[in-house]
Amino acid sequence: MTPRKRRRLIIGLAGLACLGAAAALVLTSLGDQLVFFLSPTEIVTKAPPPNQRVRVGGLVEQGSVSRSADGTTVTFKITDLTTSLPVTYHGLLPALFREGQGVVAEGNRQQDGSLLAAEVLAKHDETYMPKEVVEALKASGRWKEGDPVPATAHPGTTSPGNQGTAKP
Amino acid sequence: MIAELGHFALILAFTVACAQGTVPLFGAWRGHLPSIRLADTAAVLQFVLVAGAFAALMHAYVTSDFSVANVYANSHSQKPLLYKITGLWGNHEGSLLLWAFMLSLFGAMVALFGRNLPDSFRARALAVQGLVGVGFMAFMIFTSNPFLRMDPAPLEGQGLNPILQDPGLAFHPPFLYAGYVGISIAFSFAVAALIEGRVPPSWARWVRPWTLAAWAMLTIGITGGSYWAYYELGWGGFWFWDPVENASLMPWLAATALLHSAIVVEKRDTLKSWTILLAIVAFSLSLLGTFLVRSGVLTSVHAFASDPERGFFILVFLGSVTGGALTLYAIRAPALKAGGLFQTISREGALVLNNLLLATATATVLLGTLYPLILDVLTGTKVSVGPPFYNATFMPLMVPLIVALGIGPLLPWKRGDLFAVLDRLKFIALASVVAAALVLWLTMDAPLMAIVAFAFAFFLAGSVILEFVDRVRLRQLGLAGAFRRLFTLPRGAIGMSLAHFGMAVSVIGIAAATGFAQEHLGVMKAGDTLDFGGYHLTFKGVEQVPGPNYTAARGTVEVEGVGLLQPETRRFVAPPMETTESAIHSTPWGDLYVVVGDKAGEGYATRIYWKPFVIWIWAGGVIMAFGGFVSLSDRRLRVGAPIRRAAPAAAPAE
Repeated sequence: MTPRKRRRLIIGLAGLACLGAAAALVLTSLGDQLVFFLSPTEIVTKAPPPNQRVRVGGLVEQGSVSRSADGTTVTFKITDLTTSLPVTYHGLLPALFREGQGVVAEGNRQQDGSLLAAEVLAKHDETYMPKEVVEALKASGRWKEGDPVPATAHPGTTSPGNQGTAKP
Repeated sequence: MIAELGHFALILAFTVACAQGTVPLFGAWRGHLPSIRLADTAAVLQFVLVAGAFAALMHAYVTSDFSVANVYANSHSQKPLLYKITGLWGNHEGSLLLWAFMLSLFGAMVALFGRNLPDSFRARALAVQGLVGVGFMAFMIFTSNPFLRMDPAPLEGQGLNPILQDPGLAFHPPFLYAGYVGISIAFSFAVAALIEGRVPPSWARWVRPWTLAAWAMLTIGITGGSYWAYYELGWGGFWFWDPVENASLMPWLAATALLHSAIVVEKRDTLKSWTILLAIVAFSLSLLGTFLVRSGVLTSVHAFASDPERGFFILVFLGSVTGGALTLYAIRAPALKAGGLFQTISREGALVLNNLLLATATATVLLGTLYPLILDVLTGTKVSVGPPFYNATFMPLMVPLIVALGIGPLLPWKRGDLFAVLDRLKFIALASVVAAALVLWLTMDAPLMAIVAFAFAFFLAGSVILEFVDRVRLRQLGLAGAFRRLFTLPRGAIGMSLAHFGMAVSVIGIAAATGFAQEHLGVMKAGDTLDFGGYHLTFKGVEQVPGPNYTAARGTVEVEGVGLLQPETRRFVAPPMETTESAIHSTPWGDLYVVVGDKAGEGYATRIYWKPFVIWIWAGGVIMAFGGFVSLSDRRLRVGAPIRRAAPAAAPAE
């Protein structure tokens, strides 16, 4: 074997070893480190096991936000306008968290069917609906892209259908 | 009027880029001198025109000309001047213009400062650079024109996303883009070399300063972005493995690999084909990053302006750039002759290992970033890949990399003796393990990963210092002698030591800040006190304070012996949204980080962090970038540049 071939063989083997190690790491972690995105309806119908981390997107239901006495635990409901999912979160909510606005919560489904959120994300722009929220609302069939954001989504506005009846 | 001039300049720049991308290629092929010369002129002209367009848009922003749709959508007359200026690139169209500006700037710099390159090579490289410019400017002119007018002109703009109204916006995107786009030079040089069908060792010397500059600026861009996220988002985190962060990390990893493999090409005339491939891959990853940010295909904190159709254009562009270059590579690479031989245990061998690990790490990040997209397209299942994935894949790959980083520079070229090097490093290895064990003993229930990371970081820092001490011959020459010798050393070597040392500093910061962070969450009323992280805090209450274009709820926390910390929640009017401004007391050994949130009953929800050594993370990044710039000032990279036969300093001595 010439030195050149020998070197090529060693580099090739080292490369394979690197790739093999990476593939092993990736495959083992893709199995259980993946976070599935589900809408509130899907959480109810599919009922993911408590050890499966999930992301839920939707709108924060009007009037559903309540804080515990010590202020560190917040409960609210995420809705896709079909199903409402109760969520419990220990921590400080992001500045953009608002009733009626898009939100994404990540955590685990509890035995009682509610979500214990480890993370709550509200997106940066007040007009921007998180893609996942849009998907969840579209999936529920209550909202199409390009429509105005549903009536429950905006505090202080009324949709044309119930004008005059709904008071903010 | 000025906006129209800007639009016109952009279209002219596009046509100039078309000429720059074709004529010099023909000229270099046929040996037609005037066509070859055209490349330089066109590159400079293109830069002047794009700079003109950039200035025109800047003018519209500074004067709040809301008849320009882009200004209307992203600016507001009440906004401070700094954010009127930086607002230019805080949106899709404007940031593309910044991209094109940087691209043409680098092209013009090659034309002006690349006189040492052979004419035909420079012409080909500039032509490739021109073709990339054609793609970007076509994208802008046909899909995302920043100069579109509105009629009637609105009286007031919609304002800039408040999260972007921060001095960070003035530095982060320009540096990041300079880094992204700077890699285009490595790409153009690689494609030009493939067209010529040969890669001389001098090629590596040509490409290295550009790659170094781009890498250093990318390092600053990423470091700055990380720091910005740390203080602005109010989560106390510094890296979220967000797709867009990954999009900047991947070109960085590839550029780091490229920097190292280019050394092997230069010194040992081997690994050519791999280096060329890396240059292509690094720039493709930059384009992919742009695609990910601009297309909105991935949910990300950065996706502030997105449009799938634009994403499609960039995807086609990305496909043709990468596909074209890789096709050329497939045709030409087999003809590249490998040069010098080396043993597996040698400097070359260590650099190959470094490249393998960096390439693998890049691949895992790429996979994690694109996997949700692939799964969505194939099965419709929506998933996200978060920090646990990267902790389990990327982090383990960094461990051997750090070890190789410690050992590699001590190995000689061609053939080395691993045992001799290990013998030199045994005390450092022992000391780093003891030091890490000491940390474990002092902190008791420390997380194991952090302790392991400490041990490796100490080892890396120790071996860098050992190598440096031996290089300046501190032990033989004494302090003064070593100091004098320092200035005679090649700057490249000093830069390397600095960059590697910066890496160790960052690793220490990351390990400490993630492993030993403390968090306190609770409601605090005015007058409440708290002992936390060795500090005595008193909550003084919250007051409303007006800002230039917002009102702030400003909390005041008195920290004994430090002073007042005043975190704010800013409520902006245009657009109506809130941002969190954390208050941070930074010390070299840790940060006290305070955020005051919503009113809860009598008091306010507050979150307080103690982040030990967190500032080291960014200090390490800055040291790395500084190392890059020091290395950039190496004489070696300028030799072959217009050689002054009689050095001015030497003249009077005769």
